[in-house]
Amino acid sequence: MATQFARHKTIERNVTLLAVLAFIVVAIGGIVEIAPLFWIDTTVVKVDGVRPYTPLEQVGRNIYVREGCYGCHSQMIRPFRDEVERYGHYSLAAESMYDHPFQWGSERTGPDLARVGNRYSDEWHVQHLKNPRAVVPQSIMPPYAFLADRDVEIESITAHLKALRGVGVPYSKDEIANAKADLVAQADPEADTTALLKRYPKAQARDFDGDPKRLTEMDALVAYLQTLGTMVDFNAAGPREQAE
Amino acid sequence: MANLMMKTGGWFLLAMLALFGFAASADRGFAVHMLICGLAALIAAVVTMRRGETAKADASLYDDEVIRWGVIATVFWGIVGFLVGLVIATQLAFPWFSLNSEFTTFGRLRPLHTSAVIFAFGGNALIATSYYVVQRTCRVRLAFPGLARFVFWGYQLFIVLAATGYVMGITESREYAEPEWYVDLWLTLVWLSYLAVYVGTIVRRHEPHIYVANWFYLGFIITVAMLHVVNNISLPVSWMGSKSYSAFSGVQDALIQWWYGHNAVGFFLTAGFLGMMYYFVPKQAERPVYSYRLSIVHFWSLIFLYIWAGPHHLHYTALPDWAQTLGMVFSLMLWMPSWGGMINGLMTLNGAWDKIRTDPIIRMMVFALAFYGMSTFEGPMMAIKAVNSLSHYTNWTIGHVHSGALGWNGMITFSALYYMTPRLWNRSRLYSLRMINWHFWCATLGIVLYTASMWVAGITQGLMWREYGDDGYLVYAFVEVVQAMHPYYVMRIGGGLLYFSGAIIMAFNIAMTIAGHLRSEAPMSSPAFDPARDRPIRPAPIFAPVAA
Repeated sequence: MATQFARHKTIERNVTLLAVLAFIVVAIGGIVEIAPLFWIDTTVVKVDGVRPYTPLEQVGRNIYVREGCYGCHSQMIRPFRDEVERYGHYSLAAESMYDHPFQWGSERTGPDLARVGNRYSDEWHVQHLKNPRAVVPQSIMPPYAFLADRDVEIESITAHLKALRGVGVPYSKDEIANAKADLVAQADPEADTTALLKRYPKAQARDFDGDPKRLTEMDALVAYLQTLGTMVDFNAAGPREQAE
Repeated sequence: MANLMMKTGGWFLLAMLALFGFAASADRGFAVHMLICGLAALIAAVVTMRRGETAKADASLYDDEVIRWGVIATVFWGIVGFLVGLVIATQLAFPWFSLNSEFTTFGRLRPLHTSAVIFAFGGNALIATSYYVVQRTCRVRLAFPGLARFVFWGYQLFIVLAATGYVMGITESREYAEPEWYVDLWLTLVWLSYLAVYVGTIVRRHEPHIYVANWFYLGFIITVAMLHVVNNISLPVSWMGSKSYSAFSGVQDALIQWWYGHNAVGFFLTAGFLGMMYYFVPKQAERPVYSYRLSIVHFWSLIFLYIWAGPHHLHYTALPDWAQTLGMVFSLMLWMPSWGGMINGLMTLNGAWDKIRTDPIIRMMVFALAFYGMSTFEGPMMAIKAVNSLSHYTNWTIGHVHSGALGWNGMITFSALYYMTPRLWNRSRLYSLRMINWHFWCATLGIVLYTASMWVAGITQGLMWREYGDDGYLVYAFVEVVQAMHPYYVMRIGGGLLYFSGAIIMAFNIAMTIAGHLRSEAPMSSPAFDPARDRPIRPAPIFAPVAA
C-alpha cells in the first residue's frame, strides 16, 4: 500500500498529468448518467396529445421564464397519493419533451402548476396576477399588474419558432410561415381560428385578459397557464393503462 | 510602444463592436448590456493608455496587487449578496415588500441573491485565494500577470452583466446558470484565461511537488469549465438579442441542469473551498496537514463521486428510475470522502487545540469545518429517496444549502480574508482581533436561527402537504401551508440580519486594517507574520557572474 501512495508522487510532480487525470475522473459520472438518456427509447415514451406550444403560449412561456416563476412554482407532480389528489395525474416525461428549457422547478413556495390549466377562469388568473391578495388573501406572491399594460412583440415570433425548430421542436413550415398570424389570432375573439386549431389541436383561442383590443403579455401568460397539463387526455389513457 | 498601441487599439475596437451591438440590438436588455460592455472596454482602453509600459514589478515579492483587489471585491459582493438575501427573505414574510415594481419581484431578485453570493462573493474569494495560495506554495510569481488582471476585471464584468440581466428579466432559468448565451461566452473566455494563469504558475514552480491545495483548485477550475460549457449549450434567437433556447428539452435538460447544479455545489463551493482549507488551516494553526495519504484519497474520491450525485435533485420526477437510484447511491457514498476531508482539516489542529480558545481565526475555521461536516452528512441523508419524498420542494432544502453556504463557505472565506489582509497590506496584524469574535458570534447565532427555522418550516411543510384526515381527504389547502410558514420566515429574517451584521463588522475591520489603523486592545494570539520570508524563490541567473 505504501508503494501505491509513493507512486502518487509522479502525478503530483506533473501538472499536465494531474489535470488530465482529474478531467477523466470528473467526466465519467456525467457520461454514464446523461448520455444514455439520449438513446434509451423508454426515457421519453411518446403520448398522444402532446404538441409544440402555439406562438401565443410560447410567448407566455417566455414570460414565465423571464419572471423567474420557477423559483417558487414547480411543474412536476410526483407519483404520491397526496400530490396526485392535490394537483392531478403525476407528470409524464413526454409532457415536457418540447420544453426548452424545462421548468420542473425545485421549490414549492407556491403550488405546483403542472396541471393548472382549465382549473381557474381567465378572469381569476388576471385578477390574481394583478394583485394576488385580492383573490387569495393569505398569498405571498408578488403582483404582476404591469403585464396587462405591455403589448406582445409580434415581429420576432417567427425567429423564435425557427430557433426552437433549430433545437428540435418539430414546427412545420406551415406553422412557421403563419406564426405571426397565429399569435394574433389566438387572443382575438373576432378572428377565424380554424387554421390555428388545425395546426395546434385543442389550443384555446379567446381573449384572455379582458381587453380584446390589445394583445398583451397578460394574454400570453394566461394562455400558457391555461394550457398547462391539458394536452394529454388522462381519462382516455386510464383504461389503456389498466389493460396493459 | 507598438505593443501598447495594439492593446489600446484592441480595447477601442471592442468598444466600437459593443457600440454597434447597442445600435443593432433586438431588445432593450441586450442594448443595455452592450452599453455596459462598451463602457468597460473604453475604461480598459483608457487605463491601458495611462498606465503606459508598466514599470518592472519588484520580482523579489509575490504579485499581490490583483489579490488585494480580490479581497476588497469579496467583501463588497458579500455585503451585496447578503443584503439581497435579506430583502427576498423579507418579501416572503411581508409580500408588500415587493414594492410593486417589476424589477424587485422575488422571481427576479432570487437569482440575483444566489449568483451574488455564489459567484460574486464565492468566486472572487476563490480567485483571490487561489492566486495567493498558488504563488506561495509554488514559491513563484503569477504567470501571465496581464492575463491574471484580465481574469479579475473580466470576472467583475461577468458579475455586473449577470446581475443587471436578472433585474431586467434576462435569464435562461437554469438555476445557478441563469445568464444568457453572450454572458456565458464571455465567462468561458475569462475562465479559460484563469486556467491558463493557474496552470502557467504551477508549471513555473520552484517546488518539486504540487501542494494538495492546488490539486483542489485545479480540479475546481477544470470541472467548472466542463459543467459551464455543457450546461449552457443553447441557440440564440438573434445574434443581436438576449434570448436563447436550450439545446436540450424536458428530461435530458433537467438532468444536465442538475448535473451542473449539484456540481456547482460540489466543485465551486466544495472543491475550491477545500483548496482554501488545505492552505489556510495549516498556516493559521502552524501545523502540517494531518494526513498526506488521506488527502490523496480525499481528493480523488471526492471529485470522482461528486459528479454522479446530480439526479438526487430529481427524485420521483419523470427522470428514469435507474438514474435516480444511481444518483442516490453515489450521494450516500459521497458522505465518506466529505468526512475524510473534514477529519483531515480538523485533525490538523492536533496539538494545537488550545488555539480554539485563544485564536479567533482558528475558531472560525473549526466552526466552518464542523458545518462542512454537518451539511455533508445532511446532504446524503436528504438524497435517500424516502427522506427526499418529504424534504423535496420544501424549506428544508433551503435550510440545508444555507447551513453549507453560511456555515462552511462563509466562515472559511471570512477566516481566509482575515488571514490574508494584514499580510497583503503589510500590517503587523488586523485592526482588531477581538472584533473577529463579534463577527463569529453574530454569524453563528444567525446561522443557528436560520437553519433551525428552515428545518422546522420544511418538515412542517412536508408533513402538512401529505396530511390526511379520518375522512380520507387531504386536511390542508395549499395556502394554509403558506400561512403556517409565516413565523419561520420572520425568524429567518432575524438570522439573516445577525449574519449580515457580522459581515458589516468584518468590512469595518478590514477597511481599518487597510487604512493602517491598529485598535488598542488586549492582545489575542495569531501567528506572527514575517514579510522577509513571504517571498518567491528568485531564479538563479543562468550565467552566474564568475568571481574575479
